[in-house]
Amino acid sequence: MSTFDPLSATLGGLLIGLGTVLLMALNGRIAGISGIFASALDPQNGGHAWRAAFVVGLIAAPLAVVAVGRALPPPEMPGWAVVTAGGLLVGFGTRLSGGCTSGHGVCGIAQLSPRSIVATGIFMLAAAIVVAVSRHVVAGGL
Amino acid sequence: MRKILAALGSGLVFGLGLVISGMTQPGKVLGFLDVFGRWDPTLAFVMGGALVVAAPGFALLKRRDTSLLGEALRWPSANVIDLPLIAGAALFGIGWGLVGLCPGPALVDLESLSPKVFGFVLAMAVGARASDYLRRARASGPVTA
Repeated sequence: MSTFDPLSATLGGLLIGLGTVLLMALNGRIAGISGIFASALDPQNGGHAWRAAFVVGLIAAPLAVVAVGRALPPPEMPGWAVVTAGGLLVGFGTRLSGGCTSGHGVCGIAQLSPRSIVATGIFMLAAAIVVAVSRHVVAGGL
Repeated sequence: MRKILAALGSGLVFGLGLVISGMTQPGKVLGFLDVFGRWDPTLAFVMGGALVVAAPGFALLKRRDTSLLGEALRWPSANVIDLPLIAGAALFGIGWGLVGLCPGPALVDLESLSPKVFGFVLAMAVGARASDYLRRARASGPVTA
């Protein structure tokens, strides 16, 4: 599974694009997952039902893949300290910058939004630096 | 009800894309980010595929006033490149590089029932709520600067 498969990568990407277009075409909403997730948890917000339904759709997707007989490997996760710090940073940072890989990286860049192009460049660069340090500088990695 | 089914279907299609592309595996994401190691170009193909559909799809939808279900089309209106955008993107990138999960794949991976994925999503929720709380406190608090 760790070998590069351009066909499934492209097919998966097309489906991700289709999901974002469907949500805008039907409900008039941007498929930014950090925003949908955080707003679904926000008691000061309306529109919890459609956001919860979108998240249920996401979680149900691997069930559909398993149902057609394709085995999915369990996600490889680092230790608890890194998992916790990473989750806090992803939640805090995506809300502060108003988007994540889906909202800025796909929906924003698809509209050539300068904000999203800058945000995507910065989060990719920051992530690449962290991986370079953790894999190639710190002995043994994290 | 139709809006809820539409959101469910959109989420399912989006999630299928994440699973089929391999982006729900943190190792493949970290392999893309590891530019000094054995580089895995998967994520570039995934983003390319998504943009090939989303860019013309959005361009067509921008000609409309309402969605196919009669809803207003809510396009993001922010256009300022400010410190919260830059700092937030940097913090997100650090967390993404540490674990290899961003919000979409993290939610899809809940299905694995891995305790660490639940821990990651819980921490993500705490971080998101803290960020929202601080923004509101600053917006409504006394002006100090």
